[in-house]
Parts: sequence; C-alpha cells; structure tokens
Amino acid sequence: MTSIYETPVGLPRRAVSIQIDGEEVKVSEGATILDACKAHGTDVPTLCYGDTLDPVNACRVCVVEVEGNRVLVPSCSRKVEPGMVINTDNERTRHSRKLVLELLGSSVDLSAAPHVAGWNDQYQADPTRFGESKTVKQPVKVDNDLYVRDYSRCILCYKCVDACGEQWQNSFAISVAGRGFNAHISTEFDVGLPDSACVYCGNCVEVCPTGALMFKTEHDMRVADTWDESVQQQTTTICPYCGVGCSLTLHTQDNTIVKVTSPHESAVGSGNLCIKGRFGFQHVQTLKHN
Amino acid sequence: MDLRFPKEEPTLAEVQALDAVLGESHVVEGWQRERGGAHLAADQRPHLLAALHALQDRVGWVSPGGLGELCRRLDVPPAEAYGVASFYAMFSMEERPARVVHVCADLACQVLGAGALLDAVQAECGNPSQTGVPGAWQPSPCLGLCERGPAILVTEAGDPAHEAVIAPAIATDVAIALRVGPKGLGAEAPVVAAVPQAATPQGAADLVLLKRVGVVDPSSLDDYRAHGGYEALRAAFAMGPTGVIREVTDSNLVGRGGAAFPAGRKWAAVAAQPVRTHYLVCNADESEPGTFKDRVIIEGDPFSLIEAMTICAFATGCEHGFVYLRGEYPRALEHLQHAIDAARDRGYLGTNVMGLGFAFDISIVRGAGAYICGEETAIFNSIEGYRGEPRSKPPFPVEVGLFGKPTVVNNVETLVNVLPIVLNGGPAYAAIGTTGSSGTKVFCVSGAVANAGVYELPFGATLRELIDLAGGVPNGRSLKAVLLGGAAGSFVRADEIDFPLTLEGARAHNTTLGSGVVMVLDDTVDLPTFLRRIAAFFRDESCGQCVPCRVGTVRQEEALIRITLGPRSAAQHEADLTILRDVGRAMRDASICGLGQTAWSAIESAIDRLGALR
Repeated sequence: MTSIYETPVGLPRRAVSIQIDGEEVKVSEGATILDACKAHGTDVPTLCYGDTLDPVNACRVCVVEVEGNRVLVPSCSRKVEPGMVINTDNERTRHSRKLVLELLGSSVDLSAAPHVAGWNDQYQADPTRFGESKTVKQPVKVDNDLYVRDYSRCILCYKCVDACGEQWQNSFAISVAGRGFNAHISTEFDVGLPDSACVYCGNCVEVCPTGALMFKTEHDMRVADTWDESVQQQTTTICPYCGVGCSLTLHTQDNTIVKVTSPHESAVGSGNLCIKGRFGFQHVQTLKHN
Repeated sequence: MDLRFPKEEPTLAEVQALDAVLGESHVVEGWQRERGGAHLAADQRPHLLAALHALQDRVGWVSPGGLGELCRRLDVPPAEAYGVASFYAMFSMEERPARVVHVCADLACQVLGAGALLDAVQAECGNPSQTGVPGAWQPSPCLGLCERGPAILVTEAGDPAHEAVIAPAIATDVAIALRVGPKGLGAEAPVVAAVPQAATPQGAADLVLLKRVGVVDPSSLDDYRAHGGYEALRAAFAMGPTGVIREVTDSNLVGRGGAAFPAGRKWAAVAAQPVRTHYLVCNADESEPGTFKDRVIIEGDPFSLIEAMTICAFATGCEHGFVYLRGEYPRALEHLQHAIDAARDRGYLGTNVMGLGFAFDISIVRGAGAYICGEETAIFNSIEGYRGEPRSKPPFPVEVGLFGKPTVVNNVETLVNVLPIVLNGGPAYAAIGTTGSSGTKVFCVSGAVANAGVYELPFGATLRELIDLAGGVPNGRSLKAVLLGGAAGSFVRADEIDFPLTLEGARAHNTTLGSGVVMVLDDTVDLPTFLRRIAAFFRDESCGQCVPCRVGTVRQEEALIRITLGPRSAAQHEADLTILRDVGRAMRDASICGLGQTAWSAIESAIDRLGALR
C-alpha cells in the first residue's frame, strides 16, 4: 500500500549470522527464526502466530530444528542467536508438523482455515487416521446479532484472548478455561456475551485464524450456502465515525457489505477497530433500499 | 482497568472467607483502579490462588457470587479468574456437597488394590457423580501416600475446613468418611513409618537427609536446634555468599526434581544477576505418581527445609522465598506453616535473621491439584495468580523467573542437601556416591515390596540392592518389572536390575531416575490396566496449551484402549502401534514442556523393554 502503512525506522540493529537449511543468512538481532525464514524466502507454516500479537507458540506447527537443542523449537517465538544452525525441512520437523496437522485436523473443524488443506497435502497428513476419536464438536454459540462463536473450529491459539485482553482491547471478556483437552475459550461461568464484558469491537474476529469467530452475516450466509468469496470485493477506506481515522476493508458481495476487516499494517489501529467501525455498516445498506 | 463484574451476590460465608484471607478493608474503587492502574492490580493478583482456596474451603465450591466478590476485591477480570479456577482439579465450579472423599486411583495404589477398592466403593456408595448429601466421592490422581496405599483423602468445607487421609483404606472407610467426615477418622500413621531404615540402628546410621525424621519433634524449634539445627546456617554466614556457592559447586550437587541440573551453576547464575529482586521458589509440588519423599521431609523435619532455604537465599541474594506445596498434603502444610511461624517468632526468619542483618522470609503457596504446576515455569504462573501453564524457555528462570525477576527454583530434596554440604564442605560431600553422581539420594519405593517407604542411600547402590533393602517382593511372588521415575519415567525388566542407581548408570541403561520413584511390579500386575492409567494420567494433567500434548495425550490413550480392550485385527493392531509411536515422537519433539515430552516414555519402554501390547 502507501507510505502511511510503513512502520517508522527504528534504531540500527546489529546483524546476526545464522544458517538456514545450509545457507548463511544475516538477520537483525532480536528477529525471530520465523522473521529470518520469511526474509530468506523459506516457507514455514503457522497457525497460532499473529502478526499483531505476541507469539504464544501453542500450535507447534512452525517448529524447526536448531542444532544443539534437545527438542524442536517454535520458530515464531525463538529469537535468533549468532551461529544458530537451523533446519526447517528435514524428516524430524516434517514429522512433527504432519502430526500437529493430523492431531488438530482430527479434533477441530479446520475447513474454514486458510492454507490447511494445502499443508495437509504437503506434509502428507491424514487427519482421519485415528478413526472414531474425541473432537471438540459442539453447537455454534449465537447470542448476539454481530458475531458468532463456533468453538468446533477453535484450535486454542489464544489470539482472541490476547486481542481482548491487555495486548489490544483491555476488555478481558474471555479467557482460556478448563485444562487439557477440555481447555476452551470462555467467559466467566460461560455466560453469554451480552452478560459479559464484551464490547463487540470484533478484534477477536479479526485475529481468529480458523473461522471459529465469525461475523453473523458471514455465518448466516454460510449456513444458507450463499457465501462466495470468489465474487466478493474488498475495498479499503477510512472509517467515517470519528477523528481517529481507522482503515476499514469492506468485504462486499452482490454490492452488499458482508464483513469488515482492517489492514494489520495500518499504523492507526494495527487491524483493530471499535464496534462502530467493525459492525456499524447496516445504515449503508438501509440507505440503499430507501 | 474498567472491569465488569457478575451480577450475582456473594453469600455471607463467602464474604467472611475472603475477609479472612484478604482482610476486610478494601474493594478497589473505580478511581483507585484508574490511578493505581496496573501496579495496583499486579500487587493483588498473587492473592488469587489463596482466595480461591478460601472460597472452596468454606463453601465447597467456587460460586459465581463468590468469584465475583473475589474479582472486585483483587481487581481481576472475572473471565480470567474463572480461567484460573477451572484450571485446578481441587476447585469445583459447580455446587457439590461440602464433604468429598478422594479415592486414589493412581499407579502405586493400583498395585496395592486401588482397582478393587474403587469397585467396592462404587458398589457401596454409588457412582461418583450420583452421590448426594452428605458427601460425594471421586477417583483422584496420586495422593502421595504411596507407601501405604490404597489411599483416600477426605475434605470437608466449613469454618474451619477439615482434611484427613486414610491409608491403607477399605471401602467401609470411604462409607464412614462419607457419613461422618474427616473429624470422625482415626489418627494418621506417624511420619517415621514411611522411613523403614529408621527402625534399625544400622539403617538409621546411614541416613543423612532423613536422619531427624522420627527423631526430632517437628513442631519444636528447640528440639531441632538440639539435633544440630541451624548449625549449617551459622556456618554459611561465616563463609559468606560466595563461599556457600563455592561449596555447593564443589559438591557437584544436581537437582533432585528430575532434570538433574547442577545446583551450584543455578545459584551462581542468580547471584550474579544485577537485577533485583531475586526470588527463591522451593518446588514441593511433588505430584509425580509414586513420589512422596518431599512430603516425608516436610512432615518429619520441616525446620531443615526452612534452614536450607535461608542458606540458599543468603547465597543467591533472594529476599523472599515461596514453598509451593501440593494441595493434597494437609499434615505437611500444618507442620511447615507452624515451623515457619516459629522460626519467624524466634528471629530465624524476618528482617534480621539471627541478628546478622540479613532479611529473608518464606510464604507457603498451596497448590490446587495440578501436576503441571511442578514444572519450573508453570509454578511461577501459578504463584502469580495465572493459569499454571509452562512458559517458553529461553529466557530461563535464573534470568526471568517469578514476577519477571531472577529466580532460583529447587526441589525440596535438593535444598536439604545443602545442609550437609555447608557443614562438611563441598569436597567431602562430593566424595560420597560416585564420580558422576555425588551425595545420597532419597528413593520412593512403592508397589509390590515388603517394606515400602523412602530409602536414603549413597549413589551407587544397584536397583536390586534397593529392592532387597525394602524386603523384596513379598508373598512368594516374583518381580515382573520396575517403573523408574514415575509416570514420566520408564520401565526396566526383572533381569535388568543390576545396574547402579546413579545418573550415569541410569543413562547407560537408557532409563532415568527422575524424581526417585521406584515402583515395583510383581507378576500379578495387570500391565494393560497399568499402562492405561499412565495414559489417563497425562490426558488429565496436560495443561492444554500446546497441540502435541493436548491432543496427543488423548489420541495416545484412545489407541491404548483400542489395543488393550478391543477385538482387533492384526493390521489394526499394527496401525495403532504406529499411531502410538508417531504421536509419541511428536509429543517428545514438539511439546512446550517436560510433561508432553515425557508423556510417552513409560508406554514406549513398556512396549520395547517389557514386550507389552504384543
């Protein structure tokens, strides 16, 4: 995009020499292995990584081998150190990635998660191999008009919790509750969102990687089988509500707004909006019908 | 923070319970919240675990009204407090009877007939979930009473709350406990009963770390001093912090919690950190099935732990120490709390320890039923009032630990080793045991042996010698296998027990000493059931943070159930064995912490060494 999306130039950083898959690479000190891989053009899959959030390294699909380490390390959070020798694509890393995809795919509905089908092919992952097994399948939670929560699709990446909490919104409406396979995203005592601290900023929807959190409009259209991304248009504009000037990306299908996102590169809000920018688009369509 | 609290009101009992633990005064007002901001909230947060215990102990569950009141007082978002409370097995988020009987269903008790006990309890008292007033019962993970299983723990909410254990227990005990509660139960066996060596003069002479258990009155500071107590601290003050660290380094003492990291290196690293404050965390959350040594040390000789922690704090510049004690140890909690209070009263803790101007104090943090909180970084989150999920390393605790400060984390047994090191010098300590493993080691011997209990031996004795010392396999039965290191350890066969119980000896035999669990299985053991229990344990105790462990432990248990219980074709059997190996390898390679990384070890060794599941 244009220059307003660029982050300011920081202090100069020392360059660190590392080795990625046998090739010498120089990256800035403080960069993560994932940053280094991206800069080097090495493809590493990620699921729980969020470009606007601190990495939680929970999904483990991005693991790489760092020589001298007993176990694999998460590339999204591990910072580079001088002389690191990194293998991103050997039998060992492929095995763990394949298993993570299989374990997740066998317990969670990943059909709305981008890239996963391709990775399953790439790593020859077969999520059906476990046969009849425990899943997180459950009814969709529809308790308001703005967004729905389909925790059958939830991989517990913690991104919604972090976006709702101290990293962005400071509403603290949700948290991870329970333990082990029963861990789940929840309000206190699982009360509905209208009874919780939720302010409907939708910043959790913005960061959800699997469609577990979804605009009610999108959910209804998917249920009615009218959702079709191939005919949708995306138009980035400025939110008209207040003087902050957040960037909005309007997703339109058949000339109707069906979803609103915000560019993560935007220096104004880093992808975050408030309820007005995120969900306050109905008046536009109402006008049209008048 | 502008928080929104639940609309439910707390009951009077809940308010009183919170008053007792937090003080009556304050609900944080809105303006304070804005002005005090994050600092105020951060100061309050570490009270969360104790406050949840207060609610659970008083009314038997954590109600929406009680949780809301707690959140108002501590300025904690209700969703987060709910997330923390629901993490721990000891907190009930649903209303249930005040009286609950926890029946151990874990490994050591299983060898001693827990399966039959559970069946009998079910027949006599009904299903766990269906039992109503006046009590409910539920199967429980290891209660740490492995030397005298099968064990039960009875808890009764009220003012004050009561807890008691019965071991060994029969179904009638459970029925009585359900009817009359912990108050009606008989006295617990004396602590020294868990130290069979103390019964003979010959055995007692070999004890170093356990020498005072059963000899000293655990409630008397004077008696502790009369038995050599606080001589080591005096010596430590004389040699100075650097001198203490030098002796500990020279002693080659390594951590006894399972990871075997050199204690001297850890201490030196923390001492060298310019950042203040430094913290000391004593890990007494021993929840590894079959481990009960820390319980015996704390119950029988609590002042020794306090003295050892004071020495460690002096050497590493720690201003405050926390003992993270597992929640299922009522007697250890009582003895340790009493000992800390007595030491403080007498100037052995506080702002001026022994009049030498050194300031150090200790608080107990009571765990709430989560094996994972024994992980060295999960323990920080738990103390700080967050979910007990492990943090990623690096950074390591010596740099960024509790409250983000440099922290020493050591197991109880590791710390008490410091007393003989300081008294006799590091080189003298290093001369005990073998070159690779110095000092004495406390082993938790349980299962099919004549005299189960904790045994202290210099490193170097063989596994066979230890089993013989414990009286061997009783009743004319024969040894089938030994589970070393607990659920996270591995099996060795009956014909493999002649290797020395040292770090290097275990490594050479492709096994691990772990936390010192030696669980003996005789030829009557139902190995498939035993293995399913190991799998169930990890499935229950996984924190759920990372995918390999959260889902992997479930898939592992499912495959194990299919293999051991289902009628299967040879091809299906092979496919499930492949699943076990594939999932196990991914858990070992890609899990965040040691729990996931070892969740497959015991089952793998059962397949490869014992020939199980063929």
